[in-house]
Amino acid sequence: MVQNIIDVRNLSKSFDISSKEPGLKGTIKHFFRRQTKSLKVIKDISFEIKEGEIVGFLGANGAGKTTILKMLCGLIYPSEGSILVSGYLPFRRKENFLKKITLIMGQKQQLIWDLPPIESFYLNASIYDLDKFEAKKRIKKLSEMLEIDEELFIPVRKLSLGQRMKSELLAALIHEPNILFLDEPTLGLDINAQRNLRKFLQIYNKETNATICLTSHYMKDITSLCKRVICVHEGAISYDGKLDLLLKKLSPVKEILIVCRSEEDSIKLQNYGFTVKNKTKNEITIEIENNSITSSLKTILNNFDIEDLFINEPPIDEVIGKVLIKKDYDI
Amino acid sequence: MNLRKYLKVYKKFLHTSLASELEYKTNIIVDLITAILSLVGSIFLLSIFFQNNGYIGGWKFEQALIIQAIYTILNGITNTWFNPNLTEIVKHIREGTLDFVLLKPIDSQFFISSKKINPSGFLEIMLGILLLFFCIRINQINLNLSFLTLSLITISCSICILYSLWFFISTTTIWFVKTWNAIEVLRSFLYIGRFPLNSFSFSLRIFFSVFIPIAFITTIPSEVFLGLSVLWKILLEVMVATVFLITSRKFWLFALKFYSSASS
Repeated sequence: MVQNIIDVRNLSKSFDISSKEPGLKGTIKHFFRRQTKSLKVIKDISFEIKEGEIVGFLGANGAGKTTILKMLCGLIYPSEGSILVSGYLPFRRKENFLKKITLIMGQKQQLIWDLPPIESFYLNASIYDLDKFEAKKRIKKLSEMLEIDEELFIPVRKLSLGQRMKSELLAALIHEPNILFLDEPTLGLDINAQRNLRKFLQIYNKETNATICLTSHYMKDITSLCKRVICVHEGAISYDGKLDLLLKKLSPVKEILIVCRSEEDSIKLQNYGFTVKNKTKNEITIEIENNSITSSLKTILNNFDIEDLFINEPPIDEVIGKVLIKKDYDI
Repeated sequence: MNLRKYLKVYKKFLHTSLASELEYKTNIIVDLITAILSLVGSIFLLSIFFQNNGYIGGWKFEQALIIQAIYTILNGITNTWFNPNLTEIVKHIREGTLDFVLLKPIDSQFFISSKKINPSGFLEIMLGILLLFFCIRINQINLNLSFLTLSLITISCSICILYSLWFFISTTTIWFVKTWNAIEVLRSFLYIGRFPLNSFSFSLRIFFSVFIPIAFITTIPSEVFLGLSVLWKILLEVMVATVFLITSRKFWLFALKFYSSASS
């Protein structure tokens, strides 16, 4: 049986936030008498993650995804509740725990700006107590997987964002962690760089059985990497389960574009009782529920003279977008 | 604590920060020239103070020069290690890159206090040592083992006090986010350390001994050099340095509980 590697129970986090009124008067008032209020950003959440799972955290900006990740890796103290990661209390940041995890943030970097990435790799290797031979072996293996070679010897400031991100990954994985926390790792990367990164993460997960917790606003990252998603809405979990189940629930219909041989047929089809979304001369777009697709298509093909037919899934971004603004999904 | 690992990491820190600094040759040369000019300027200023009256606060110019030498060494140490590392703490906290430091299996205080060095500060240290040897000659100081031990102890304590003060102020960034001004005030107070403590009024002497112990940093080591120091003062400096070092460490560990990381 696969073990739970992350166990979160009734976790909450509050921050003291100060607010300021606009204008000079507000600024002066804010300077002398700062008004702070306690804001509960994470509200009583519980979940478990199994070893080797890739879990995507979905939510709008400010929903609390990054705060959850930072509590899981021990950077932020929880206000209430308990977290156990690989048997450790993360916020104690024990050496053995830190050797098992890594955090990669798309918008922050740890590489030494003026030096080639290889220097940062060897520095990290010494911090993780790896000897030179072992470090060299791991750098070679990871650089092959990430398809970087010459870039290792060029100062970081001269690398492209994609090359830099690959180097960041290598620096963060040199100690072969088995739990990866990735906070928007593909942020700002072009389509090819995003695809390469996703491919790498898939291979890394397969080869090392590493557990991956990922936040991303790029839906392609989520759909191609995560079977399971945890949706966070205003600090609470609105959905925790399989991604395909969520998509089925959120998009119960498919769009069918039908090209009829004659306008007459398209008019007949329009009046047949389907939900019509759009109609031009002899083209008609209808909506059919997922569970009656086969029978409906059979009826259409048997009764009408059809030239062509296209079945379209609703755009994933649109579907997931609904998750970000809804409070609860009971599936 | 695995000492071998820490030495290995420090060797890497030295290597990477030297390599980073040497990427900018002109900057290094400008820093070196600044260090020389700053020392010449300080000695010139000191000589002006002593021009009319041969003594200030009971100190001769040749004796006051020892304070200048110790100040130059300490300033060199500040510029080599404290300035590049401890000012970076503010940046780490503001930008949230402290996250990377805290997630490394190494002591975070060691990491942020020693990751960088500024090689141009070495010249200041060397100039200070040369000036100190010159002062030993002109003041006809007899070099012996007990004198050398006491000098090393008091200078080490001065370094500890200076480091702890700076680190303490930088740590407050976790709550106040911006503390550049406080660090600048500390640096300005350090300039005062170029003059003998006796040259200030009684109230200022109390202030610089009790509230901001600048007096301990340069005056006590200088008194050791001149054979003017008394045992209780040396013991007091050791005590102050120990208390400061322990307090700054405890304060850092306490402050980390309040670290909320920067938002992404």
